[in-house]
Amino acid sequence: MRSPVLKVRDLQVHFRVDAGSFFRHDYQSIRAVDGVSFDVFPAETLGIVGESGCGKSTLARALLGLQRARSGSIQWLGDEFVGASEEFLRKKRREIQIIFQDPSGSLDPRMTIGEIVAEPLKTFFPSMSKLQVRERVSGILQMVGLRGDQTNRYPHEFSGGQCQRVGIARALVVNPRLVVCDEPVSALDVSIQAQIVNLLKDLQKKLQLSLIFIAHDLSVVRHVSDRVLVMYLGRVMEVADRASIYHAPRHPYTRALIESVPIPDPVRERARARRSLQGDMPSPLHPPSGCVFRTRCPFAIDRCAAEVPELEELDDGNRVACHRHREVLSAPWPETEEADEETSPT
Amino acid sequence: MALLEVRDLTVSFSTPEGVVHAVNGISFDLDPGETLGLVGESGSGKTQTALALMGLLAENGQASGSVKFRGQELLGMSLQELTRVRGSKISMIFQDPVSSLNPYMTIGEQLVEVLTHHRNLKRREGKQRAIEMLRQVRLSDPEQRMKQYPHELSGGMCQRVMIAMGLLCQPDLLIADEPTTALDVTVQSQINSLMGELSTQSSTAILLITHDLGVVAGLCDRVLVMYAGQEMEMADVDSLFADPRHPYTEGLLNSVPRLDRDESGLFHAIPGNPPNLLEVPEGCPFRDRCTYAWEKCRERPVFEPIGEGRFKRCHLDALPPKEEAG
Repeated sequence: MRSPVLKVRDLQVHFRVDAGSFFRHDYQSIRAVDGVSFDVFPAETLGIVGESGCGKSTLARALLGLQRARSGSIQWLGDEFVGASEEFLRKKRREIQIIFQDPSGSLDPRMTIGEIVAEPLKTFFPSMSKLQVRERVSGILQMVGLRGDQTNRYPHEFSGGQCQRVGIARALVVNPRLVVCDEPVSALDVSIQAQIVNLLKDLQKKLQLSLIFIAHDLSVVRHVSDRVLVMYLGRVMEVADRASIYHAPRHPYTRALIESVPIPDPVRERARARRSLQGDMPSPLHPPSGCVFRTRCPFAIDRCAAEVPELEELDDGNRVACHRHREVLSAPWPETEEADEETSPT
Repeated sequence: MALLEVRDLTVSFSTPEGVVHAVNGISFDLDPGETLGLVGESGSGKTQTALALMGLLAENGQASGSVKFRGQELLGMSLQELTRVRGSKISMIFQDPVSSLNPYMTIGEQLVEVLTHHRNLKRREGKQRAIEMLRQVRLSDPEQRMKQYPHELSGGMCQRVMIAMGLLCQPDLLIADEPTTALDVTVQSQINSLMGELSTQSSTAILLITHDLGVVAGLCDRVLVMYAGQEMEMADVDSLFADPRHPYTEGLLNSVPRLDRDESGLFHAIPGNPPNLLEVPEGCPFRDRCTYAWEKCRERPVFEPIGEGRFKRCHLDALPPKEEAG
């Protein structure tokens, strides 16, 4: 059996916020990541999907050691990151790199493309000669589809898609083994999105990279991932392979995400009964008791408010956190009253 | 007569780097009660088209051509006259609902202001009407919401308020600029079904600006595809998706990742990058990225009718048949 490169167990990342008034402090903690566990295998792509506030970006930052975890374990090739020294983490960061959402905003506007891509080399390989650096940089730029004569240009001279190529080059120049892509294409136009996704897949194959691909758009995530992890309000709702996540979603939230994606086909789109979820995500300051999704879940029963569902491993190796997943798999979507904006608290 | 007649609309901006040609002579009609989708990627000129219609261009912007609303020319209209039309006959919904609302005023004050200003209603009548409207966009507990400030509501709730505000005066035309782009997917689908319902119930025409072809498929009657400030193709929604006639439309449709298709291969990207609008593209603006481009594409093709209410701007007579999966 393959062994994972990254093992995350019961990870907790909390933020302390002041929810008090002008006169009185009232510190409360937000559980941005609440008991998340998963594995990433060599050369695999794990997709992480969820809406804003679900904790996916905090999770990404914690994996890179940019955000301190409160408890739990992040094991990278046997090394424990949680509680490790800053110096140790900095050394390990060569092996785990990140690509950010905003392609132009994450590049220093006063540096040339060449300087931007060379910078990590200077940090991690200070003994490299200038010539070696130059060769490595031009090699990697070529690999991401930029021309050698563009090395001396500045980020503002490039389009969003090209800037994202630079971001990818900067991440790959130090030979990482895992690249965390935090919404790498959501700021790009569709025609460019496809270029970047294809480039990432291509490089992954060539370099045998593991990828964590974070996005809010299930259709993109499913397209690139071997397995998909669905998050809601800091918790894992479901982890499943790419076929099951669409054809046999176990969790009602996964089903709702699938239903919400509009299909670019007028005939099918009109025929499709809209099954919008009701309401908004609850405030992370006051998460619901039991299952965090229950306030919007059409399948919720009393038990969902009383007990937190465990992330249960199923026969096919997929995992789901829902008390009613057996019924959800085959049940029709329950009829609710008109897609209302919010269920009034009673 | 069409509700809105746009003829040869051009929008340009003077910037320190030169003149940016955002919209390069586009023409279209919009009938009463119809929903027209304006589709394109960033920089295609779709938003500037809408802003030009509303007289809301930035100060360095210049619009020329003709925009007739119920036969009345909007371009060059005095601000006073324009104000009378805006808000009461034409209203607009923006992409970011939270920052489009006034943070210092309650939801109620903002809604009632529209009615006292444009409809000369008394405050009390205005309030009644506003609550009714909030109920129509299915905001829970409307009386309570009237007293709240925008920051107390979520993004999805704010967009409902914006839609309610846009429809308060029962406008003939609603311009919606990426109304759901800033929202989460599950909330997006709530707002889209609300928009769809409201457009069938009322006779309000909608100009829907979006980059999302899935949203277009669900809401629009007709679609105009834009690229580099020009029209590429126009058709009714079914024909456009079933049988695109322009290489750009085809490319755009192919590059959308689709959940309902089990593709395991690569996405179909459109190669290259969008054009720089500092230079007016010579010939077909799409030719650098077009797989079918040939000699003739150096001349700018005309946006011409190709039957059944369809138009395209392309020298090709027909697109080559699609390659089957392989």
